[in-house]
Amino acid sequence: MARTNVIPFGPQHPVLPEPIHFELITDDELIVDAIPSISFVHRGLEKLVEKRDFIDFAYVAERICGLCSFMHSMGYCQAVENIMAIEVPERCQYLRVIWAELGRLHSHIFWLGVAADAFGFESLFMQSLRVREKVLDIIEETTGGRVIFGMNKVGGVKRDIDAETLKGIVGRLTSMKNILEELTSIFVDDYSVKHRLVGVGYISRDDAYRLGCVGPMLRASGYAIDMRKIGYAAYKHLDVEPVVETSGDCHARCLVRVREIFQSIDLIRQAAEKIPEGPVEVKVKGTPDGEYFSRIEQPRGEVIHYVKANGTKYLQRFRVRTPTFSNIPAMITALKGSQVADVPNIILTIDPCISCTER
Amino acid sequence: MSEPQEIIALENNALLGAVADLFAQGFRLVQIGCTTLENAYELNYSFDKDYQFKNLRITVQPEDEIQSISVIYPNAFLYENEIHDLFGLHIKNISVDYKGAFYRTAIKTPFSIENLPKPEAPKQPQDAAKQPAAGQQQTEAPEQQPEIPRPQKETTE
Repeated sequence: MARTNVIPFGPQHPVLPEPIHFELITDDELIVDAIPSISFVHRGLEKLVEKRDFIDFAYVAERICGLCSFMHSMGYCQAVENIMAIEVPERCQYLRVIWAELGRLHSHIFWLGVAADAFGFESLFMQSLRVREKVLDIIEETTGGRVIFGMNKVGGVKRDIDAETLKGIVGRLTSMKNILEELTSIFVDDYSVKHRLVGVGYISRDDAYRLGCVGPMLRASGYAIDMRKIGYAAYKHLDVEPVVETSGDCHARCLVRVREIFQSIDLIRQAAEKIPEGPVEVKVKGTPDGEYFSRIEQPRGEVIHYVKANGTKYLQRFRVRTPTFSNIPAMITALKGSQVADVPNIILTIDPCISCTER
Repeated sequence: MSEPQEIIALENNALLGAVADLFAQGFRLVQIGCTTLENAYELNYSFDKDYQFKNLRITVQPEDEIQSISVIYPNAFLYENEIHDLFGLHIKNISVDYKGAFYRTAIKTPFSIENLPKPEAPKQPQDAAKQPAAGQQQTEAPEQQPEIPRPQKETTE
């Protein structure tokens, strides 16, 4: 007869880079329910709008997360620029796309490594991080930072990238493709990897939509939803199609990210080819008065930056709805019916970013 | 590029019907957010279908009870627990109710009216401030550098 147990998983666990806790209710080894618990490191950054004016707050927004840092400040700046009807120069929009895609690139490669570590493939973890370092080098050369780019400001970006450097970046990324193909082929084809991921943590197409999944998690269950299709920044000028898989399991989520790595390289190439000459920022006058929901596609999915301003230099409200927060209900569904041994893989294929969630 | 965003203001009691209608049309719940106003709270329920972004907005008083929409959208429970813990609003019939244990915050309900500084009043034009009406004494304090607003721990009402 099966015994019902409650197994605490996290907040400190070898596979979790950040703290999240689950109470796993199990019948022997089978999980019948999971109750999530967050806010072990909640920072209350949203409340800082009371103390930092709307110009300074771009730096606070960037510090919400270390992996999607650039896209947080980008989403925030876009919201304020929309409220203030600021026409950002086109060159700036292309530069934002290039840095955003570099951010997605290093985030996805980092995830590959962490996922490999979760299923016990430590050398693959090290190889992934070795490749990621090349992307970080490009980021460091163009922005001066590796984690926090500090490039976004309300009204534009702080630095330009000259044509020669852009050409060099595209060349380096193209030459990285061979290494990446070799690296990702292990995730795509390796028997041991597939054995651990195929059919595990299944989320049906209907559940993914009904439970508010976003990003690779939604696209791995067959939905072609990607906020870049809205056409923010320079994406409206680029050829971007959502990467979709249909099997809805851990392996499908892995495949979506693998294919998005190559998509990001292609988007950077497109942006570098089409980027026009011109200024990279405009002067900002006045204070924002109004509200806007900025929606952009982060590596983990759709993020919402809601800004409400009342004509003063301090915003009335800044709220971030992060993709991981939106993916938690589906994470519970994926855990139900799984084996205890598969929990680390399931949680990691959702690519949880607790730093974002604990904004 | 500015994305078209529809905001529909509703009465509190019309919320569930409108949400059920959007559910029937195939919209997904994107988020629920709350904003503290001077004496009330503004809740935004955001939905999306085929990149069409729609918001339902209700404005509630601190003592009002809000009906949970987790019966329609199961993922709403996270947002509703968040709003309960950060704003102190009463949301009834949440499918998974953490009863105030969802967020561990240093102060209780940090975004509630009691804990949020009032928005800074828009500045008066300088000419109007410097020229009092004839025969009228200037009673306003001389213009000072705006202070950084601090969270108010005491109720000002």
